[in-house]
Amino acid sequence: MSSDPILEIKGLNKSFGPVHVLHDVDFTVRAGEVTALVGDNGAGKSTLVKCIAGIYGHDSGTVTFQGNEVHIRGPKDAAQLGIEVVYQDLALADNLDIVQNMFLGRERGSRWMLDEAAMEKAARETLASLSVRTVKSVRTPVASLSGGQRQTVAIAKAVLWNSKVVLLDEPTAALGVAQTRQVLDLVRRLAEQGLGVVLISHNMADVFEVADRIATLYLGRMVAQVPTKEVTNTQVVELITAGRSGELGLARPDTVTI
Amino acid sequence: MTTLDGLPTAERRSLGARLLSANTFWIALVLLALIVVFSAIAPESFLTFFNFQQLFIETAVLLVIAVGMTFVIITGGIDLSVGSVLIFAGMISAKTMEWMSPGQDASNAGWGVITAGLVVAIAGGSLWGLINGLLVARANIPPLIVTLGTLGAALGVASLLNDGTNVRTVPLELRDSLGFGTLEGNIPNLVVVAVVITVIFGLVLHTTRFGRYTFAIGSNPEAARRAGIGVTRHLTNVYLLTGFLAGIAGFMSLAYFQSTTISGHTTDNLNAIAGVVMGGTSLFGGIGTILGTVIGVFIPAVLQKGFNIIGVQPYWQMIAVGAVLVAAVWFDQQRRRSQNKR
Repeated sequence: MSSDPILEIKGLNKSFGPVHVLHDVDFTVRAGEVTALVGDNGAGKSTLVKCIAGIYGHDSGTVTFQGNEVHIRGPKDAAQLGIEVVYQDLALADNLDIVQNMFLGRERGSRWMLDEAAMEKAARETLASLSVRTVKSVRTPVASLSGGQRQTVAIAKAVLWNSKVVLLDEPTAALGVAQTRQVLDLVRRLAEQGLGVVLISHNMADVFEVADRIATLYLGRMVAQVPTKEVTNTQVVELITAGRSGELGLARPDTVTI
Repeated sequence: MTTLDGLPTAERRSLGARLLSANTFWIALVLLALIVVFSAIAPESFLTFFNFQQLFIETAVLLVIAVGMTFVIITGGIDLSVGSVLIFAGMISAKTMEWMSPGQDASNAGWGVITAGLVVAIAGGSLWGLINGLLVARANIPPLIVTLGTLGAALGVASLLNDGTNVRTVPLELRDSLGFGTLEGNIPNLVVVAVVITVIFGLVLHTTRFGRYTFAIGSNPEAARRAGIGVTRHLTNVYLLTGFLAGIAGFMSLAYFQSTTISGHTTDNLNAIAGVVMGGTSLFGGIGTILGTVIGVFIPAVLQKGFNIIGVQPYWQMIAVGAVLVAAVWFDQQRRRSQNKR
């Protein structure tokens, strides 16, 4: 199950004014795997994701994508590389339908005459390839979809773009049991299609169910990035809350300052 | 791979269901009902070619403004300044044509001067649109306030240009061609221009990337930004477009009235907004059609003509339009609520 890293981050630092949010963070995403990114509130998960997505710049550190060092200066750079982020607060336009949302910003056809038929076909194929069957029509406005369906559309949008790395920020946070099920299945299928998937989650059950590796942030430091099989639920919780669990984690978490 | 059976296309959704859920359909019915009622009451005077010709001519200028207003309202904004910008565009155009004519009398000006007048009218309208756009999109001032400001400012500048009086020498050539001229003797040129503009910008709204982004921004600006759309730039362009169309409307008005009509367009902004909103465009943004706007603009016009013909006091038209407007917005809100419940 192990493959070459598709995205590798080394020694990343990020400060907001005097607040040092990320300290020398190393983080690896492998193609065909789900890497869970866990950590307590304020540990720097979202900041790390936004640095990768190009929304924030970083102060120091290197980003290697498919073996080449890259400089991501904005969301467009990230998108061009094939890095997509599915945000917690769904970035969908309610009044637009599923097809329009999936292609928003990258419409097909000429500038003056959008190719609706081609877009509709591609959207349907993408949803079908992800075994999404809960959506009745791809011309349904997103406003009338359920939370799980909306999340599905947001994730399918990322797939449509032949993305190589998909970062999911708490995709199941607002969902019920059945809908969480759907989304987790979808996350798994993304990895099976060969994408590098990063799943940010607070829910340990979700993490242990779908993740191949678990990366834990503690006060802005990456304390451990280990295969899921090699850790227990308790160990991960300890890593999240104390930065250390047995042999794993920081040598002396007490000395850590923010 | 699974079959695609689980995902029916839009076409398979029943046409009836879609019609019933569309505001445009209901408001079209209202318009149709009005025409039927007036035709039944006064068939010999309402249902005449001349009557409808007049109806179209009187609505042409407002329609052009309302088309621009549709774009702005779909982005979730508003433009109160269109009426003043129209007057400004007409004024600066008329003044330019006078300046270019011997003895400051543009009555006998030729096509060169008229073309210059058109260019100046469009440039003048666009300039105010650009000012609105920059203040709304870049300075992040609420559009209601920005355009309330330019509503006064544009009218003020227009009045200053001719010391508060109307320019009265408008090229006769312009009056005879655009103002009163007809195509094939039947279709007024003014109406032709309005129809062409409506069709062009209807296509722009519904088939182009520009239109799609307009809906996206009105629906969720943050989503649009994350999708890589230049929201600031696009919003600026939408207000610029509204100004541009107000400029053309100003020139049309000048051709038709042969005057700059300083006091004649002060409620155009509200009439345009009313027409757009009655046509099913949502004041909350993200929803709207040009077809709806066309229908919405004609409802007050048909009411006025109809009441006039059947001898009802014209003031009833104001009451009726007000009622339809409020009903249209109420309809829109109900629909949003039922959508959010799901």
